[in-house]
This record gives sequence, structure tokens and C-alpha cells, in this order.
Amino acid sequence: MTDSAASRNRETLRKLAIIALLMFGFGYALVPLYEKICEVTGINNLVKPDEVVNTQVDTSRTIVMEFDANVRGEINWQLIPRERKKRVHPGELVHVVFDLKNASDVPVLAQAIPSYGPQRAGLYVKKLDCFCFTQQEIAAGENRELSVVLVVEPSIPRDVHTVTLSYTMFEIEGAEQRSASIRLAGGKKS
Amino acid sequence: MEAVHEHDHGHDHPSGIMRWVTTTNHKDIGTMYLWFSFTMFLVGGVMALVIRAELFQPGLQVVEPEFFNQMTTLHGLIMVFGAIMPAFVGFANWQIPMMIGAPDMAFPRMNNWSFWLLPPAAMLLVISMFVPGGSAGVGWTLYAPLTVQQGMGMDLVIFAVHILGMSSIMGSINIITTILNMRAPGMTMMKMPLFVWTWLITAYLLIAAMPVLAGAVTMTLTDRHFGTNFFNAAGGGDPVLFQHIFWFFGHPEVYIIAIPAFGVVSQVLPAFSRKPLFGYASMVYATASIAILSFLVWAHHMYTVGMPVEAQLYYMFATMLIAVPTGVKVFNWVATMWKGSLTFETPMLFAIGFLFLFTLGGFTGLVLSLTPVDVQLHDTYYVVAHFHYVMVAGALFSAFAGVYFWLPKWIGKMYDEKLGKLHFWLSIIFFNVTFFVQHFSGLAGMPRRIPDYALQFADFNMISSIGAFGFGLSQLLFLYILVKAIRSGEKAPEKPWEGADTLEWTHLPTPAPYHSFETPPTVK
Amino acid sequence: MRLKAFLRLLGSGAALLLPAVAVAEWRLNLKPAATAIGRDIYDLHTLVMIIITVIFIGVFGFMFYAIVKHRKSVGHKAEQFHESTTVEIIWTVIPVFILIGMAWPATKALLTLRDTSAPDMTIKVTGYQWKWGYEYLDDGIQFYSTLATPREQIQGDDEKGENYLLEVDNPLVVPVGKKVRILTTANDVLHAWFVQELAVKQDAIPGFIRDTWFRAERTGTFRGQCAELCGKEHGFMPIVVKVVSEDDYRGWVETKKAGTAVKAFDPGKTYSVAELRSTGEGVYNTHCVACHQTDGGGMPPTFPAITGGKIATGPTTGHIDIVVNGSKKNPMMAAWGPQLTDVEIAAVITYQRNALGNALGDAVQPGAIAAARK
Repeated sequence: MTDSAASRNRETLRKLAIIALLMFGFGYALVPLYEKICEVTGINNLVKPDEVVNTQVDTSRTIVMEFDANVRGEINWQLIPRERKKRVHPGELVHVVFDLKNASDVPVLAQAIPSYGPQRAGLYVKKLDCFCFTQQEIAAGENRELSVVLVVEPSIPRDVHTVTLSYTMFEIEGAEQRSASIRLAGGKKS
Repeated sequence: MEAVHEHDHGHDHPSGIMRWVTTTNHKDIGTMYLWFSFTMFLVGGVMALVIRAELFQPGLQVVEPEFFNQMTTLHGLIMVFGAIMPAFVGFANWQIPMMIGAPDMAFPRMNNWSFWLLPPAAMLLVISMFVPGGSAGVGWTLYAPLTVQQGMGMDLVIFAVHILGMSSIMGSINIITTILNMRAPGMTMMKMPLFVWTWLITAYLLIAAMPVLAGAVTMTLTDRHFGTNFFNAAGGGDPVLFQHIFWFFGHPEVYIIAIPAFGVVSQVLPAFSRKPLFGYASMVYATASIAILSFLVWAHHMYTVGMPVEAQLYYMFATMLIAVPTGVKVFNWVATMWKGSLTFETPMLFAIGFLFLFTLGGFTGLVLSLTPVDVQLHDTYYVVAHFHYVMVAGALFSAFAGVYFWLPKWIGKMYDEKLGKLHFWLSIIFFNVTFFVQHFSGLAGMPRRIPDYALQFADFNMISSIGAFGFGLSQLLFLYILVKAIRSGEKAPEKPWEGADTLEWTHLPTPAPYHSFETPPTVK
Repeated sequence: MRLKAFLRLLGSGAALLLPAVAVAEWRLNLKPAATAIGRDIYDLHTLVMIIITVIFIGVFGFMFYAIVKHRKSVGHKAEQFHESTTVEIIWTVIPVFILIGMAWPATKALLTLRDTSAPDMTIKVTGYQWKWGYEYLDDGIQFYSTLATPREQIQGDDEKGENYLLEVDNPLVVPVGKKVRILTTANDVLHAWFVQELAVKQDAIPGFIRDTWFRAERTGTFRGQCAELCGKEHGFMPIVVKVVSEDDYRGWVETKKAGTAVKAFDPGKTYSVAELRSTGEGVYNTHCVACHQTDGGGMPPTFPAITGGKIATGPTTGHIDIVVNGSKKNPMMAAWGPQLTDVEIAAVITYQRNALGNALGDAVQPGAIAAARK
């Protein structure tokens, strides 16, 4: 192979290697990209209070809000919405209370993750205050009232009549040291 | 394949095992790729037979459910990354330099590395079965968060995927550079044989897709051990994100497997029709557009995760669109045969088998592209049948066609034509016995990846298992044919196939010398 | 509408015409749906199959004609044409129109399929390794649904029943003709709730809810399975949906509510070892047997043995703790406290200590469980 051919080959190699590296980076870039898309489409906005654009109450419409809660992790605890269902007008300020009961003998650090059904409703449910914005540290045997203040945007599509707001409470850390071998997530890093 | 020595120009190279370890010759490396892939094909095949043995009857007879899951996982990974992809890289190594008039690959030493990464990766996959807790029982798609629950075997699988990915990327860089820079004078892009074109496109797909998979499994690894939360809802992640990243790689991967197969068939069909390939240019464009579209449709593997309906509509339409260029290819192949002068040697039989059954697999793909229908069929045996029509009847049959077609050029000896035809008929019959009935199991709602099933699925599963064992045994015949040809095959004529017209047939003796085209040929 | 009726006729006609169908119950097509959307999907599938068959016969008609007539052995000379722009444009454009023809009904069906608005009732479905949890959000009923097929049938020690692997202890009961909205979520890994006759398949994702719906048009029992690989017992977590009349449903709700209030067992009472043992056997076979096995031998190291096990033959407090709160070291051992009653946990612990090769002779009382829960 002549020198010029070899250098041409090296040039191609360099370009292709860069493409490969960029694509590896792209795999990671999909993470924030996905989060952004979820945020824009309202599927998965987690920890920030939302801005309410329009607080005009639209009394001509009524939306059924359902509240649901789940707990995960290996401890004995409960999260129960005080009201299962509420009829609300778009634009109206809604206050909802959930009861968290730690029936175990260990303190727990917990994080709640909200989720909506149908997903696109998430775009229109604006949480002004929510227990999901912060981690909850709950002592052994403690009962706690957790509250959410939200507004359903009047711009919510006409064909949405029922919106479910569901929280899943995850155990981030129990008080006891746990073996790190095969466990879900060691701790919240984000 | 000692025969390659015969026309050796007398260059010094080590003999025995060191020859193979240190070789930088594209033909040696191609040979090693092909044997490696065949070995992995048998290993993955045995795993498939374990699966089919368990599913022969309802009830748990042969293996425990955990081991069953490990078998489905390893069968998938080994067949995709260990058998089919290396097989086509083997073809690329042997054929691309000869087809474009180059003396060797652009980076011979890197070529050696990319092959020798494969055996350790395969070892990791196999060893993973024997560590405490066994291998990963998560399916080849490695969906989170099930991956987090797995034992050490999962880590070995992740490392294996990393190494396999690295090997593929290096191989692809080599192939692209060779094709772009080392063509003989006069060999313009639009004069390249279609096999070379398909590999050029595939190699770009690999470079774009494999790193993304590497990213996905790295995230799985850090989620497992280093406290990241990419796929863990508790830490603000999302398990569905894994599926998006995986299929961003996974759908192009389907075409990484299928497109070189298209290339082989596009060489074989014209040769035995004694007629040029119909619509060469449109074949190139169709292949390129399939490759581009393959990056835009990944979420059609995820219709049931609950995406917004707008997204589902987009993915449905985009997926259906792939039918157009794929249709163009099928029509072109049939038009190539039309008014030819056909003969039906083994390579042609496998190419026709490919054309017929791959199209069937394409049609079931069209059925699955329709989101509402897919909701009924997703993760059922219908999908299993669909992708085996594409992977086995598509890629594998085309690889068989390629081996029978080029074997005389590689070793200078002929295979036994009668046995070759028998191999074809056994393969195609048992293939259909195995997989055609799986469409029905799927339509009736049998989920995939289950070790035991309801009584209503019993008949079809029994038929399928019988077919699978038949298919498996038929491949031992293939091994016999190969060994027989290498050891005692008749001497091949200079040009055994009348209609073959690419450089390796027209400008090189048979068998091809160890070093070919050291002075580039001039292409008119 | 007429096209639909025609398609349905063709669909059933095609099934009848195939001679193989005459043999026993070889089902060659989708199951007849019990929902309107399910029928739309069935028709859509039939439509696509017809289009495919026509194209298939057309294309391969040409190929087989060439194989027969244009072979060298019959003396056919090869022509050398290799392109025709007109033909190539035609076979690019025509498929586009065919695809549009398919996309139209598919889009309509998809939009209906995803329209979960205005439901009559909502049921939350939670996937667990390996069972389903159901919660009726409107009626406040909550229960778990596990495989009812005995292990002996799976292991081949007993003859398999008619609904082998498709039977559960507590089926989901819904009223006919009502729009039932299903919310799915999962406790541990991905699952998918799949009942073909109701045209429902929805992944269940830990930490998130997804919704889907069905409106059953006829009463009956519909069976499905988990459709997303969720670990070793993935094949053993079926779904049974009983569609009943509105009245029957009301009646079922009443008894279910009453049943949850008054348990046959009294948690305050003291039971004998034998009483607890016999109840415990049932609990064990429903919830524990998948991992710890029928003989208590387990599958070490992930699933330790009960027989002679360190915890199962150790002090009762440790035994109660691991059952109620789960294992701190091994994530595969779930916390059963939230899922089982005091009596059930007491019974299963007593069973484990006095059967499966263990004979400690001590009874764990429901009161002890209540105390352990605090």
C-alpha cells in the first residue's frame, strides 16, 4: 500500500471512529432528550412546581379527578388518598390529602413519583405544591398527612373527562444498612 | 481450509495455530469468522432445542423456568451476535476485497483484532450459565428493571455485549474504509456488485447503532452497581427509557442482519438466471432508504408500553412505509428471474427459498405494523414466527446460499450437489414445520418466553418441536457436506457458475490465491 | 358497515374452508372478540390478510411461472433487459396506495382503542412477581389473583385440568356492557395485562400508571396471561376476567365487601398447631411454592430451603420478621405483611415450622403477627 493510500485510510478511520464515539454519546443524550420530551408532553414532570398560566375557572365543565396511591419497597407501609374521587372545574384550586402510614419499625426516606392517566392529561394538571417535590423522611410508626395543591388547566382538551393522578411512593433508603449486592437503585442521585 | 495454501506466493507466515492467531490475511480471517459463526450457530441451536424440548408438551419436564429463561436469552444473543452477524462479516472479509479488486482489507491488523475479540465474548456468554444464579434470564432485549434483579451472570452478558459491539464497530470501520478507498481503478461506486453496496450501508448502520447499544448496557451496568437511576422510577428514571434506547439500536440491528443477506441474494439470483440484476440503481436506493427508515421506526416494538396516541400513529405510518422499498427489492428480484435462463443448483435453491419465505416474514411484519392488530399479537408467538421468518429463512438461508455459491472459489473444490439439494429441502420443510404453526399459536394468544402453556396450544407446540429437531439435525448434514467438500471434493472448474460475472470469478483463478489483486485489475 | 360485514363473513368463511379446522380445536385465527373494538381489530386483520394473500399470489405467480417456463432445461434463452423506469415507478406507487388503504381503518381503530375517556368504572391492576393485584377504585374492593393450577399438574404428577395454567383463585369480575377503565402499574418489574378476547394488552410499569379500557358485550369467562417477561414464573400468572350481568355484579360486590369484613378466622383467638397447619398449607401452595418449592427444598442460593432452613427452624421472631417485612439481604424475598392477613401469615409460618420436614411443634398465633406489625 502506498503512503498516500495509507494516510487516506487513516483519515477515514478517524472520521468513522468519531462517528462511533458520537453515537455512544448519543445513546446517553437520549436520556435528557427523553426527559425533555416527557416534560413537554407532560408525561413525567417530577420535582418542580408548575406555573399556572390561566386561573379563570371554567364552571361550564366538570372533570372527574381520581386519586390513587401505591407503595413500593420491602417495608410495611401504606399511602392512601383521603378522597378517591373529586369533581373539579378546570381552573379551580384543588387540595388533596394523602395519608402515609409507616407501620414498620424502621425510619424510611421516601420519594413519591406522580403519574397520570391518560398520560397527556399530565400536561394540564398543574401541581402548585406537592409532597413529591421533596423526599419524605418518616419515622418508624409515624403517620403523616401529605398534601397536593393543583389546578387543572382550562385548556385541557374537551374529550378528557376523567383524569387519574397516581403516586407511587418509593423507599429510597431504609434506616438499616442494606447489602448492596442485587438491589434496586442505591440512592437518589439526580 | 488448508486449500488456501495451494496458490500461496511463498510469503513467510507462521504455521499451525500461530498462523491463525497472527494472520492479517482477509481470507484467513474470513474463514475464521465463518467457522466461528457456524460453531455459535450450533451452540445457539442446541439452546433452541432445549427450549423446544421443554415446550414439546405442556407441563415442566426438562428444565426449570429460570433455566428456560436463560436459554431464550442466550439463544437470542448468540444467534444474533455470535452466529448471523459474524457469518456475514466472514463473507465481507472474503468477498469485498476480491469484488472491488483490492489486495486486502484497509486495516489488516485491526481486522485480526476484531475477529479475536469474538471468542472471548462467546466464552463469557457460555460461562455466564455456570456462575451462581446462572446467566441472565431477561430475554435478548435485556429490559430493565428485570436486569437489576439478576445475578452475576447479567454482568458477564453485559461485558460480552460490549466486546461483541466493539468487534462489530472495528469490523465496520474496516469495511467502510476498504470500500471507499481501495477500489480498483475504474470500479466506480455504481459499478460495485450489490453485495458490496449492501455491506457499505450495513457498516454505516453498525457504526451508528452499536454504540447506542453499548450505551444502553452501560447504563444498565451502572444502575445495577453504581447507584445511578437511569431506568429506576424511584430515582426519577423510567424503565421505558431503556426500551427506547434499546430499540433505537435494535431496529437498525434487524436490517444489519437482513441487508447483507439481500446482498448475497442479489449476487446469486442473477448468476443462476444468467441475466443482469434488474433495477441495480433502484436496489441501491431502496437499500439505502430502508437503512435510513430503520432509524425512525424503533418504537413499533413498544406499541403496548402506553405511548401517546400521536406517537403510535407516527410509528405506525413510518413502519408501513418500509414496505415500499422492501417491496421494490422483492419485485426486482422476481424481475431478475423473469425471462432468464434458470438453473437450480443449491445456491439458487436457497436464494429462492430466501425470496419466498423472507417475503412471508415481511408480510407478517406488515400485519404487525398496524398498531391495533399488534396490540393483540405483541409478545405472542406470532412475533416469534415473524422474526424467525426474517432471521432464519431470511438471513440464514441467504448465508447458506452464499456458502454454496462461493465455496468453490474459496477452496477450489465442489460440494456434493445432491447432498446440497437435500440440505435445502430438509431445511425448508423443517423450517416451515417449526415456524409456520407458531403463527397460529400466536393468533390464539400464546405469549412468548413461557416455559409451560395452556392445553389449547399443545398440538401446535408439539409440531413445532418436531420441526425444530428436524431442522437442527439437517444442519449436521450441512457440516458433513462442508467437511466432505474440503477433504475430498471434486476439483472445481475455473468458473463453476456460468452466469457469475463479478471480479473474483472473471479475474482470479479458482481457488483464489492467498494473495489476490496485489496489482489492481482495471475495470472497464 | 357493509364492508365490515363482508369481512367478517370472509374471516369466518376462510376459517371454515380450511380442512384442518375440522380436526379438533385447531384455532387458526384470532379468538372471536367480546368487544366492539376487538371485532374491528379482527376485521382489520382479515382485511390485511386478504390484501397480503392477493399480492403474495400475484408476485409468486410470476416467480413460479418463471421457474417453470424460463428454465434453462426447457431451452429458455436469457433476455438481457435490466431496467424499466415505468415498471419501477408503477410498483413503487401502487403499494403506497394499498398502504394508505390499510392505514385508514387502522387509524380509526387505534383512536378508539386509546380513548379511555368517560368510563363507567375504574380498576387498578398491579403486576407482582408473580400474581396480579386488583383494586376497584369505585367500590373499594381489593384482592390478589394467583394461579390456581396445582403444582402437581405442572410437574406432571397429576392429570392436567381443562383450564390448565389459565385458572386463578380470585378472578376479576366486571359487569357486562360497562366501559371498564384499567389502570396498570407494577410492583417490581415490567408485566403486561393481556386478555385477547377483550382486545386489551397493556404493559404494567413500576412507578407509573398506564390506562386502557374495554366494554364487554357478552357475559362469559375470558382468560389471558402476562405478556411481558417478568422473571421465572412469568408463564404462571394468568388473568381470568368474569363478565357478569349488572345484577350479578352488584351481588358479587356485596359478598366481596362482606367477605373482607368478616373473615372466617378470628384474629384474636388462639389456634392449635393442626388448625393453623392446614390453613397454612393452602397459603404456602399459593404464595410460597413457586420459589421455595413443594417439598420446601427451595432453589439455593437465590431461594433458600425451608426444610431445615436457618430462619424456618430458628426463633419465631426472626421467622415472623422475614415473612412480614421481607428480607433485608435478598430482594427476591418480598414483604408479605401488606399482602396477607394476620391469620394467613400465622398459618403459613406454623405450616413451615411443622411440615416440609420441619417439626418444631410451635404454633404462631395471629396475635403475634399483629404485634409484629405494630
